[in-house]
Amino acid sequence: MEALLSRFRTLTVLLIVVVAQLLYLAYQVKTNRDERLIRVWAVSAVTPMAGIVEAVRQNTIGFLQDYFILLDVREQNRKLKANNDHLRMENVYYRNQLSTAEHARALILFQAQSPSKTVAARVIGNSTVATAKAVFIDRGSTSGIEKGMAVVTPEGIVGKVAAVYPLVSQVLLVTDPTFKVGVESQKGHVHGVLDCGSGKCVVEQIQNEDKVDAGEWFFTSGEDRIFPKGFPVGTAVSVAPGEGMKDVKLNLSGAPGGADEVLVVLHGVHQAIPSAPVVDETAAKMLPPPPPDAPGDSAPAAKPQTEADKIVQKYDALGKEEGHVYGAVGSGIPNFNLKTGAEPKPAAPAAVPPQGAASETPAAKPAVPASQPDLNSGPVLPLGAPRRKPATAPAPSPKRPAAQPQPPPQQ
Amino acid sequence: MNETTDRLLQRPSKESWFSRFQVVALAAITLVAIIGKFYLPRLIPNTEWLELPLLLTVYFGLMRRSQLAALFFGAFVGLAEDSLSPANLPIGMYGITKTLVGYFAASVSLKLNVERRGLRPALCFFFYFFHAFFYWIMRRALLAQIVPFDLQENFVHGILNALVAIPLFAILDRMKLPGANTPHIRDVKWH
Repeated sequence: MEALLSRFRTLTVLLIVVVAQLLYLAYQVKTNRDERLIRVWAVSAVTPMAGIVEAVRQNTIGFLQDYFILLDVREQNRKLKANNDHLRMENVYYRNQLSTAEHARALILFQAQSPSKTVAARVIGNSTVATAKAVFIDRGSTSGIEKGMAVVTPEGIVGKVAAVYPLVSQVLLVTDPTFKVGVESQKGHVHGVLDCGSGKCVVEQIQNEDKVDAGEWFFTSGEDRIFPKGFPVGTAVSVAPGEGMKDVKLNLSGAPGGADEVLVVLHGVHQAIPSAPVVDETAAKMLPPPPPDAPGDSAPAAKPQTEADKIVQKYDALGKEEGHVYGAVGSGIPNFNLKTGAEPKPAAPAAVPPQGAASETPAAKPAVPASQPDLNSGPVLPLGAPRRKPATAPAPSPKRPAAQPQPPPQQ
Repeated sequence: MNETTDRLLQRPSKESWFSRFQVVALAAITLVAIIGKFYLPRLIPNTEWLELPLLLTVYFGLMRRSQLAALFFGAFVGLAEDSLSPANLPIGMYGITKTLVGYFAASVSLKLNVERRGLRPALCFFFYFFHAFFYWIMRRALLAQIVPFDLQENFVHGILNALVAIPLFAILDRMKLPGANTPHIRDVKWH
């Protein structure tokens, strides 16, 4: 036996090490107890360094970029971004939580006005397991955080506190495969379970008979005893009937993995799910579409605006009257000297018809008073061409009203 | 020269390598690798795939060529990672996986000439895949946690880690003190 062990010495040691770890692992699973001491040591050893690295990065790189590379542009950009984030948080909070309240200012205001008691925290590090979604935040048991507390942002839910250490806490994100959240739809109040284990978030346990629409908002239902009821979770991007249960895919409204600042809910208060739809802040605001045009509304749009428009309109009327189609093969040349009945009322001498033709079509000038001279007579001249003065200037009539419009000056 | 001097000069090459690859530097690099995995995704987004502790374990196993040392080193690195893992994962998952990786890496180095260009990245790719698959199996079998295993994603991540391993191993090679000869396959006592 001894010879066998010495011959397979390395293999024996390997087996011993692996079995020892397996037994230790089995002990943890069996007793459902977390080995706090080891984790405290490791986290306490690593997180200060991460904090130092973060501080050095922000101060050194930020300083160099601020003052040597981009000067004050970066500072302005940072302020604008902060301002933008600030306004977005205000709006989301305003619409989701307090439909009639004043605008909240920032995370602090959100925190102060929310019925739930929260504490703000900063994300300082990720978990070492790539498949497990967890982050570390810079608040621990000294800030009153306890295991199992919900972690949210104004945009949506983030996760729950999985482990608490004196100065930091570990947050298991909702995108972790082992995390489930009780959710409720906004319109039909259909309850389901959010699961983001497969990479895409789906709402499970919704019967095919339940009514859920695509684009409908889901909120926390409070049934998981982690998140208070009424926090926004996300919108349904697709709803399809499945085998027994509906296949509802959800788009999370918050960014659990990308959040830098989060709120830990120390004391949650259930809220009613808002009935008003949550407005997507990322979408551009647009006016509603204009009402459809009435059939008779097209006439004002066709009113000629320029001299060229008037000429075109006159030629169109001529073409219609003579049955001529411009550009058609074998259609001939229309008579452009013909006086049309649909001639627009001229406002300038450029569009006046010939004087001789005017007498042939008296119906074309019904609005012109008899006492007025026919100022509209004359040939059609191109735009800007010199105009001929009328042969006989009209004598001013004493009965002429004062408000009578004077003819435009002739060129 | 007396007998003692001769004995000192005739040290096995792997011991001289280890003595030159400073223990302090190794500990520091290990710590940096673990902190890097903890902090790097915050600094550079979308770098969760980078398995610096694994690459270090593989490098140590390949270059140390001692199965015992490599398995203990892998166990240490794995347990350190486990202690920073989410609290819903018990300590020992990474420990077991990296123990096996270290042991197998050292075993491979005893059979093959790992100095060859191209072999080490290929081994890194293999061990990354083995590491991910074995971890997934353990999580599923021991903890009954249904976690998806994306074959394509792991394949791509394996290639990326193998690419990272090329400059990383070159840097680690250069960290040996001048005069340190990397042991060749003929110098190693076969087990």
